[in-house]
Amino acid sequence: MEKERQVLVVFPHPDDEAFGVSGTIASHVNMGTPVTYACLTLGEMGRNMGNPPFANRETLPNIRKKELKEAARVLGISDLRMLGYRDKTVEFEDPNKLIAEITAMIDELNPSLVITFYPGYSVHPDHDATGAAVVSAIGKLPAAKRPKLHCVAFSNNCVDELGEADVVHDVSAVADKKFDAIKAHQSQTQLMMAGMAEGLKQQDPEVMARLNYERFWTYKY
Amino acid sequence: MDPVNVNYVQEALDAFTDKEVYIHLETTNGAYASHHNERFFSAGAYFRNAKITYERAKMTGAGPYRVGLKIPYGWVYAEGITHYEIDSKGRILLAGHDFDGKLAVALQISETPFE
Ligand SMILES: [Zn+2]
Repeated sequence: MEKERQVLVVFPHPDDEAFGVSGTIASHVNMGTPVTYACLTLGEMGRNMGNPPFANRETLPNIRKKELKEAARVLGISDLRMLGYRDKTVEFEDPNKLIAEITAMIDELNPSLVITFYPGYSVHPDHDATGAAVVSAIGKLPAAKRPKLHCVAFSNNCVDELGEADVVHDVSAVADKKFDAIKAHQSQTQLMMAGMAEGLKQQDPEVMARLNYERFWTYKY
Repeated sequence: MDPVNVNYVQEALDAFTDKEVYIHLETTNGAYASHHNERFFSAGAYFRNAKITYERAKMTGAGPYRVGLKIPYGWVYAEGITHYEIDSKGRILLAGHDFDGKLAVALQISETPFE
């Protein structure tokens, strides 16, 4: 993995960073690169409440905020920003407002790498709207000044339409941190963790691949 | 939250009768339903902080439960309610969780706006 000057990660939900990107984040932190994570919402509309439920609609945001901070601590993210949008409403906001906020962060941080969702290939409307705003913000910069943009995609048609990911990171060296970051989002990942721990024990190839490799599509303007 | 106790919930609903209250009403299959099963038609709706006054409220069913609030020109209705909580702010929080424990419906009533 190349050493970066500064990494900026922009996602709409606490836990978006955990599955596909936390190993990459931990690897950058290990190389001494500062990582800023801008998380747009607190996942207020999440459906996982624990079973039996330990959270409700009104307590969930605060629980997820704590989980997000814990995940950031585990990964060594030095700069966590919560932008105060509301879950499931990002696509209805004025896109120019979000683009301006992202532009301001890019101006301030001067990142060499930005990570977000690939618009149109990321399933959740908040993911697509976030990715679209980041793509627009960077697109407004003169070509020579643009940071690299690595996008996460996971829609069923993403490989058919985008081709295979052009960036694949082996993050097995920091798999423990990744596991802890996923675990930090306890309210949302409790059910899945049990299966994952079992898969790890059995060295299930699918679980191992999910933990050890993270893939990105470089956005080309 | 606790499994619904119809008497407690009915008592709490009755206490808000004829008062100006704020409603959070939501149904959801989750944003991933159609991703996991392309034959699944995902639908949902949500309304946060509608201000209403109801003249009667009733919880019925054998569980999961249904709740209807009669308002001057219509109704507010939710079905699939499994759990309730009267929180420290005196708000009635009702939710329906599916077989995996995921939230599928919520109806919440408060005398002050939800934040
Ligand atoms: Zn998400």
